[in-house]
Amino acid sequence: MDIHDNGKDATIFSLFTVFLKIGAFTFGGGYAMIPLIQKETAETRHWITDSDILDIVAIAESTPGPIAINSATFVGYKTKGFAGAFAATTGVVLPSFIVITAISYVLDKFQSIQAVQFAFNGVRAGVLALIIKALYSMYKQCPKSLVAYIIAAAAFLTVAFLKVNVLAVIASCAGAGLISSLLIARRIHS
Amino acid sequence: MIYLELFWSFFKIGAFTFGGGYAMFPLIQQAVETHGWMSDAALINFVAVSESTPGPFAVNVSTYIGRETGGLFGAFCATLGVVLPSFIVILIVAKCFEQFKTNRIVSGCMSGLRPAVIGLIGAAVVSVGTTVFFPSGISIQNMITYSFITSLIIFILMLILVFRKMHPIIIILISAVLGIGCGYLQPALIQIL
Repeated sequence: MDIHDNGKDATIFSLFTVFLKIGAFTFGGGYAMIPLIQKETAETRHWITDSDILDIVAIAESTPGPIAINSATFVGYKTKGFAGAFAATTGVVLPSFIVITAISYVLDKFQSIQAVQFAFNGVRAGVLALIIKALYSMYKQCPKSLVAYIIAAAAFLTVAFLKVNVLAVIASCAGAGLISSLLIARRIHS
Repeated sequence: MIYLELFWSFFKIGAFTFGGGYAMFPLIQQAVETHGWMSDAALINFVAVSESTPGPFAVNVSTYIGRETGGLFGAFCATLGVVLPSFIVILIVAKCFEQFKTNRIVSGCMSGLRPAVIGLIGAAVVSVGTTVFFPSGISIQNMITYSFITSLIIFILMLILVFRKMHPIIIILISAVLGIGCGYLQPALIQIL
């Protein structure tokens, strides 16, 4: 895909600052960022189009890495090439990097306080509830087929109980998906 | 060499994370356990911190683990590692997006990765659940302790609130307050019982 003409009024610096803002104001990350990216880059500045946003979501879903990084790199590249990609990605990462570095200095001292330890005892139970909600949301979105159920069950059992290398499990699941989809395609053709 | 170790570990995590968020928890946990970087409880505590601060979980957690184990430069190496695979892949994909979108190999792999993410988050539930309810090992005996019962009550309350679409930051705040309450009330409550 070619670099967009509408990105003319974008500068390397404005890409950096807009994604700095996006990085600083999205909590939880992930798809929560998409509406803000759409507003800042498509609606307000016309660097990209609304259909580009749909492409970004599609790309983010089928490439590795966090959506924030994927979309910053993509928008930056489409508007200003490699330098734009670099500026936008640096911008979106920087707020997290600064905030977490600052927090990590106090968190250690903080965690030795009795009340904070009690608080985290409760918070860990809350985090468990959040993860179960994420599991439920992902389950609703996932296409349901026998192959999908088998892959999900195999990934779950091998990682949770057999302590198999997680990288190997992910690679095997991708391979299993590829083989099963090619077999299904062949059966339809013949 | 801690810096190279951090960079390479998080590079692999960045390259193998699909779907983002909690699906990467088992990957990070395995790296943390292999290198002995921190305890499971500290990692789960940080999940709560990450939910309450801006930015994606991947960047937050790599910065944090990097800082804790290798200082400021460690944080830089880990974050660079987790970002780089996305950055490189997107630069390649952006050039040939149309072919990528209709590629049968990509869509085939994705049909396996989507359910894999479910399995990985399921595994995260098991390991976080074990740390929450059985910090000193799974046994019937450990089910009648004060900490087990209070954790269970907080967990059930939070689960109800989460499914009523309460914001994650509110969930973390309420569970923190309940945790403090349960902690300070322990001597009093045990005497009554």
